[in-house]
Amino acid sequence: MDQKKSTLDLFHDLDLATELRLGLPGSNDQPEIIKTSLSGNKRSSSEMGSSTCTDEQESRFSPPTKEQVVGWPPVRSYRKNILQVKKTDSDTGSGMYVKVSMDGAPYLRKLDLKMYKSYEELMKGLQVMFKCIIGLYSEREGYNGSQHVPTYEDKDGDWMLVGDVPWDMFISSCKRLRIMKSCEARGLGDCV
Amino acid sequence: MSDDTSPGCATTAAAGSGGSSGKVRAPVSSSGDGGSFTAHPDQVLENVIENVLVFLTSRRDRSTVSLVCKSWYRAEAYTRSDLFIGNCYAIAPNRVTNRFKRIRSVSLKGKPRFADFSLLPADWGAYFTRWVHAMSLAYRALEKIYLKRMSVTDDDLSVIARSFPCFKELVLVCCEGFGTSGLAVVVSECRNLRVLELIEDEVSDDETDWISCFPEGTTNLESLCFDCVEAEVNFDALEKLVARSPMLKKLKLNMFVSIGELYRLVVRAPQLTHLGTGAFNPLVEIGQQQGDNQELDYTSLFAACKSIVCLSGFREIAPEYFPTIVPLCGNLTSLNLSYANVNAEQFKPVIRHCHKLQVFWAMDSICDEGLQAVADTCKDLRELRVFPVDPHEYDEGPVSEVGLLAISLGCRKLQSILYFCQQMTNAAVIAMSKNCPDLVVFRLCIIGRYRPDRVTGEPMDEGFGAIVKNCKKLTRLAVSGLLTDKAFSYIGQYGKLVRTLSVAFAGDSDAGLKSVLEGCTNLQKLEIRDSPFGDSGLQPGLHQFYNMRFVWMSSCRVTRQWCLEVARRLPKLVVEVFSRDEEEGERGDFVETLYMYRSLDGPRPDAPQFVEIL
Repeated sequence: MDQKKSTLDLFHDLDLATELRLGLPGSNDQPEIIKTSLSGNKRSSSEMGSSTCTDEQESRFSPPTKEQVVGWPPVRSYRKNILQVKKTDSDTGSGMYVKVSMDGAPYLRKLDLKMYKSYEELMKGLQVMFKCIIGLYSEREGYNGSQHVPTYEDKDGDWMLVGDVPWDMFISSCKRLRIMKSCEARGLGDCV
Repeated sequence: MSDDTSPGCATTAAAGSGGSSGKVRAPVSSSGDGGSFTAHPDQVLENVIENVLVFLTSRRDRSTVSLVCKSWYRAEAYTRSDLFIGNCYAIAPNRVTNRFKRIRSVSLKGKPRFADFSLLPADWGAYFTRWVHAMSLAYRALEKIYLKRMSVTDDDLSVIARSFPCFKELVLVCCEGFGTSGLAVVVSECRNLRVLELIEDEVSDDETDWISCFPEGTTNLESLCFDCVEAEVNFDALEKLVARSPMLKKLKLNMFVSIGELYRLVVRAPQLTHLGTGAFNPLVEIGQQQGDNQELDYTSLFAACKSIVCLSGFREIAPEYFPTIVPLCGNLTSLNLSYANVNAEQFKPVIRHCHKLQVFWAMDSICDEGLQAVADTCKDLRELRVFPVDPHEYDEGPVSEVGLLAISLGCRKLQSILYFCQQMTNAAVIAMSKNCPDLVVFRLCIIGRYRPDRVTGEPMDEGFGAIVKNCKKLTRLAVSGLLTDKAFSYIGQYGKLVRTLSVAFAGDSDAGLKSVLEGCTNLQKLEIRDSPFGDSGLQPGLHQFYNMRFVWMSSCRVTRQWCLEVARRLPKLVVEVFSRDEEEGERGDFVETLYMYRSLDGPRPDAPQFVEIL
């Protein structure tokens, strides 16, 4: 069942540069949330594997540098969220806090929009905060394929899809965010 | 024979006094030379025992006492005023309320610790509701409630507010399920409230102005901690509240309180001993004038705070204000910078004044250099926690074996350490085991999974082995890095006092777990994830599981058959099996998560659908 290799050999065999990851070509630092642990040193991957990894795909032993494993490192999610938001150096400027809610989640959170410089970063932050997968936005298909769709309320009180307008315009008009279930958001995509 | 239930808040001592218990007793009389007692001798004995037991506060001692005989059991039950329940599912509320009649203070713990790391699905349980209802009927004189990792609703908070006229202290740690409207009910209706501490809870913002709900007039508040509440507070109301709370000693503000507002509060409360500083940042809105804030002299403000011994907060720290706390540093015994992203250069000028520091929490942004500064100055340090700014796996991090070694050389009295890093060496860990023999808690988290010794390339077995061997008082251990079964054989061999063991991504085979379960005779809490341990590793634990608080194994190799078997053989063990919500993959025979614990009252009635109790 398991190859008799010393754990040391396995570690040295590893070539970190060729580790396989899921993600679009060209997108280097999208953290993927893997559903279960990766295979360990001496175990065949089918026993420890997750639904997203196949035997062929996984290397025997891979400490991924950019991928995220659920609940690792063991830092309380509360602390992780705060750290995520404060990743950039804090300046003495004001925050631009907006409320964020997600359908189905019992809590409102607050997000400082000034901490993000792009939609990509914002999506990352939201995904970590709510432990959901939002996916990428494309003009033609909107958020097709993902279960959760981020929307925002603008200055006029209208609910829009996040990603429609340039980033700077977005942060100046966004009043609050709501992550909807995609079935409910269908109407929004249609009226541009 | 029960205590009177009048709502008057008689200020009897917390432990209860046998003399003024209001019990009906047969009168005792004696004549000088051995005349007749009118009381039954057993009754006298019970009186005497009760009067003695009143002074007994240790839980373990009380438990032992209650086992001596029925009379002592009853006496102990009458005199116990502090209730501690380490696992809310280990016993049903009515069994507790039937046995103990005069409880003044309740501590309840719910979810297993790995819930903090998203390993427990939402809606798993640990609901406070059935407890609060039972207590509302049985313990009218209840004064204190302490909850950790429980699910508490606004309704539960209302029940507290309505049911306990003498209620004084509410402490919620790592709880969720309630919001600011629940807080509003508590603060407005608990007229004797002295302590309200919300620590790392998830509090939903119902947009209720709960601070304004404190009653008018002087309050009895001694401690108000709401640093985890992510909702703006009405500052005017807060200022007035602080001004009319002369006994306030602990105040911990949330991130929405600016440094200017902090100033105004501290000026009104010079008697504070514990201060959570809020944002520690002007938090100026765009377009607003900065001028007002900059005129305030924060340095002299803090110089006037002679009593502050514990400082925390710094949630949005503007580093240029950091040196203003220097006047406080000489008196500080506890400093929590674990939300403050300050670098070594900003940190060193401040820490070098903190000679009396005993507890220090920080982010790894202070680097090994900052830790060296701690080691140089804080000779009395007992507890250190270093958290990662960036919780991802990297090759190099800002802190490493260098910082650990420095601390071990400078802080010889260290008792407790939690250290996150990317790289470590056995040499540094061995050094710490020898330099800090008083270590009781050793938690090392090498974020890079399966990382060997950075210098030698060896597994981290010898380092952890040295810790269990040399630190003779060690009761809590968390391991990480590349570890073989050898590490676990050391733990089993030397870790005789270990009560809590946390393992992740470690070990080779069942032999590792076997060593632990056979060797660690005092093991109470075992939590393991993503390690190659399975049925035969757990087997030796069969004689031990009834003595333990819980066992958690997730993403390991435990089969369903084994779980069924153990549930059959140990009927007082509740064996829960479940998957995380997102878990879709097939694991064949292996269970995703096993959580088992002893219980006097069988499987819990409130298990959700995804939890299977075997």
